[in-house]
Amino acid sequence: MIETLVVPLVKIAVLLVGILTAVAYLVLLERKVQAWVQVRLGPMRVGPHGLLQPVADVIKLIIKEDITPARADRWVYTLAPIIVLVPALVVFAVIPFGPETNVFGIRMPLHVADINVGLLYIVSIASLGIYGTILGGWASNSKYPLLASLRASAQLVSYEVAVTMTLVSMILMAGSLSMVEIVESQQARGLWFVFAQPLAFFIYFVGGLAETNRAPFDLPEAEQELTGGFHTEYSGIRFALFFLAEYANMIVIAAVATTLFFGGWLRPFPSVAALGLLDIVPGWIWFLLKTFVLLYVFLWVRATLPRYRYDQLMRLGWKVLIPLAIANVIVTAIAVVVL
Amino acid sequence: MTDPHPVTATRTPVQFDTDELVINMGPQHPSTHGVLRLILRLDGERVVDADVVIGYLHRGIEKLSESRDWTQIVLLTDRMDYVAAATNNLGYCETVEKLMGLEVPRRAQYIRTVLAELQRLASHLVWLGTHAMDIGAVTVFLYCLRERELVLDLFEEYCGARLTYNSMRVGGLPADLPVGWDRKVREFCDIVDQKIVDYEQLLTQNRIWLERTRDIGVISGADAIAMGFCGPPLRASGVMRDVRKDEPYAAYEEFAFDIPVGAAGDTYDRYLVRLEEFKQSTRIIRQALDGMPEGPVMGKVPRLIKPPAGETYHAIESPKGEIGFFIASDGKSLSPYRFRVRPPSFCNLQVLPKLVRGHLVADVVALIGTIDIVLGEVDR
Amino acid sequence: MEPAEPPVPPSALPKPAPKPPAPKAEAKAPPAPPGPPDQAPPDDLARPDYLAPLEQACPGGVSQVSYWVGDWTLIVPRDRLVEVATWLRDTPESRFDFCSDLTAVDWPPRAERFDLVYCLYSVPHRRRVRLKVRLKDGEAAPSVTGIWPAANWFEREVFDMFGIRFDGHPDLRRILMPDDWQGHPQRKDYPLEGPGELLLEDPLEWLKLRNAAREAEFE
Repeated sequence: MIETLVVPLVKIAVLLVGILTAVAYLVLLERKVQAWVQVRLGPMRVGPHGLLQPVADVIKLIIKEDITPARADRWVYTLAPIIVLVPALVVFAVIPFGPETNVFGIRMPLHVADINVGLLYIVSIASLGIYGTILGGWASNSKYPLLASLRASAQLVSYEVAVTMTLVSMILMAGSLSMVEIVESQQARGLWFVFAQPLAFFIYFVGGLAETNRAPFDLPEAEQELTGGFHTEYSGIRFALFFLAEYANMIVIAAVATTLFFGGWLRPFPSVAALGLLDIVPGWIWFLLKTFVLLYVFLWVRATLPRYRYDQLMRLGWKVLIPLAIANVIVTAIAVVVL
Repeated sequence: MTDPHPVTATRTPVQFDTDELVINMGPQHPSTHGVLRLILRLDGERVVDADVVIGYLHRGIEKLSESRDWTQIVLLTDRMDYVAAATNNLGYCETVEKLMGLEVPRRAQYIRTVLAELQRLASHLVWLGTHAMDIGAVTVFLYCLRERELVLDLFEEYCGARLTYNSMRVGGLPADLPVGWDRKVREFCDIVDQKIVDYEQLLTQNRIWLERTRDIGVISGADAIAMGFCGPPLRASGVMRDVRKDEPYAAYEEFAFDIPVGAAGDTYDRYLVRLEEFKQSTRIIRQALDGMPEGPVMGKVPRLIKPPAGETYHAIESPKGEIGFFIASDGKSLSPYRFRVRPPSFCNLQVLPKLVRGHLVADVVALIGTIDIVLGEVDR
Repeated sequence: MEPAEPPVPPSALPKPAPKPPAPKAEAKAPPAPPGPPDQAPPDDLARPDYLAPLEQACPGGVSQVSYWVGDWTLIVPRDRLVEVATWLRDTPESRFDFCSDLTAVDWPPRAERFDLVYCLYSVPHRRRVRLKVRLKDGEAAPSVTGIWPAANWFEREVFDMFGIRFDGHPDLRRILMPDDWQGHPQRKDYPLEGPGELLLEDPLEWLKLRNAAREAEFE
């Protein structure tokens, strides 16, 4: 009974709290990283070195006035941010944070559920978030958010194809859709898949930047353009949910990349026995470290690169990334059969 | 009130109902660099026509000057191109000196050249920062402003102000250089030369930067001359025209420097031309500091400045282009009879509708940045 | 204790008379000059080389030649302007292809009160010339936007500031002032402070008058 009911509930609770805190502090991290790149300090006032800034932001957004635009569809207007946020959070259920470990005497794997179609689950649930984007723009009853939301969703869908193709190559290499088995197959081969499939990782990363509307693909929400993006008309809690969803998506992309390409909870060089003393560090810490590094690269890219124009963005997605991804799948398939 | 703007009033007849969207990039906008209003007529994402509305910063400097002393007007000229205020001062003082036939001492000419070139650096730093920020590379803005702080500090040490300098007088300069100032300027030139290498690494070969600026806003040399383009945009279209070489003023004749000229006349070439001007400016400053003569900084100027009756037009090369002053004096009053500024940003801005036609909305912002306007100058 | 005097309502207070615009400037300023000096060139100075061909090609096109502090100015009659300008732009000896500036000066006592000034520059020859056209109040000038498209906004500004209309301008409307502004600010008879502003001693009085005007509008 404890194992079937209490443990999963506790895991879910820990996961939710952890993810939401991580998302809030990712916002602060982004501000700090951008600031340090730009020779300034970032938030410094709230708490030591600005560490309580997310708390202040959350409180501010919660106590803001609840404004709904005139003639906006009230239900859809409130539903849209929820539709964007929930899939982003739900996807974390299948991500393996670590191997079987002893937690307070109970032996359990560090993931909420191990579905044998885990990767398919991730791709399909994460794509539901697009509905929220479109509905958010439409429900605002204003032409600029509508245009921006259509642009954002078109961008998302285009890059989704390339990303899914790279995931197919990973499935071919691992031989399974289950996330846990993908990590285990990297352990069996003694090799992180990124070294075997660098092109797939590159395409996945660029596609991930585009899917989360991050620079250099952040035209739909760039302030220098005409609109503030599809969340122009949103304020208060609803805006907070959109914001959280964007960063939660970022963490999803980074976590999935860690699992597929960087060996999940494996230590560096898992097959080299001489580095066995690195095993002191538990698997979930390796996982968090790798995710953190990937997130840092996300922030780094935003601070450095200029922005693509929309037609150049679409051209990159359809004419460059998709052919490359398809070619990668073909080569992987041949290699898997031959080797 | 009927909207008098021709962009909204006239609509080309179309066969099927493709709605053309009229969008207002209002006076308040993060990237119009001041209070500029653009009314764009779009077909989908393409700009079909654009109307530029200015006048939001019109302060009547020309009319005001008609009731100010000849010396007081230096203060007014500061406020036109406030990003490069000393250049405006220089142009005005030189025009009045031309009217009066005054000779400015050599030392003052050298110092004026140094100040003008420092202003060129400051103005181009602001241009680079805002242009890059509009295209999305936000970090470059912060870096450029960091360098510009150094220029502002230098000016503060020289004349006490950071933005509106009032740093020149008819006949010379109000004060000599502070001790150690030239050493600081040399250090600053070294820093700029290093940082330009950084900016080039960040942007010049960057794939995204090239895609956003290549072939955007192409204008040929002949078109540019006819339409009144001046300054770096004109030079980027292949026309070798720089007032510093064609009609030398201050001490420019005595220095060796090159004028960068582009070929394609697109945004990327305008960017390259201005980037090269950074290097040429530091070259000029170093030569000026090395060869600085001793002597007075103020020429023989009568106590009351009253140029004889007559009018003249004198132009200098501000960082934005050719800034010209047309001043008419009636020989008797203490104020000019007519004070007219020909602002380079005003003339460059009228080319914007032609540049923008056929491009996407995202390019409009890049084009406003590449022309490099300062609304204080456009509207006066 | 003496009874306090009843307070005087503000409307019963004598309103200070609006002060005329500061007389100081007018007292010291000399009377308006009758026109620009337009000094003749010294006899020993060589005329520019395009001047003779110009006078041959457009006889009577240049009514006066002036020279001052190194600048050559040609006074051109209004009806010959387009011809002379086109000649100056197209002929290889002159090639004045860059219109640097187009402005106007107001000399009120003169019958032809406006002086339209065209500052031209030749990029190949690197030299300047000025053209001047004298206009009466209400007279329209021919537009040179067909010759130099750069003149477009210049002419709009001259129209806005001086009220000189240009025949053939594609889009003549105000550029710096608001579209519905009345009057032309740069004219010498236009006050510096602008139209209809009362110069009152006490800003509060101005405020009261403005509020009274607003209430009247409200009714």
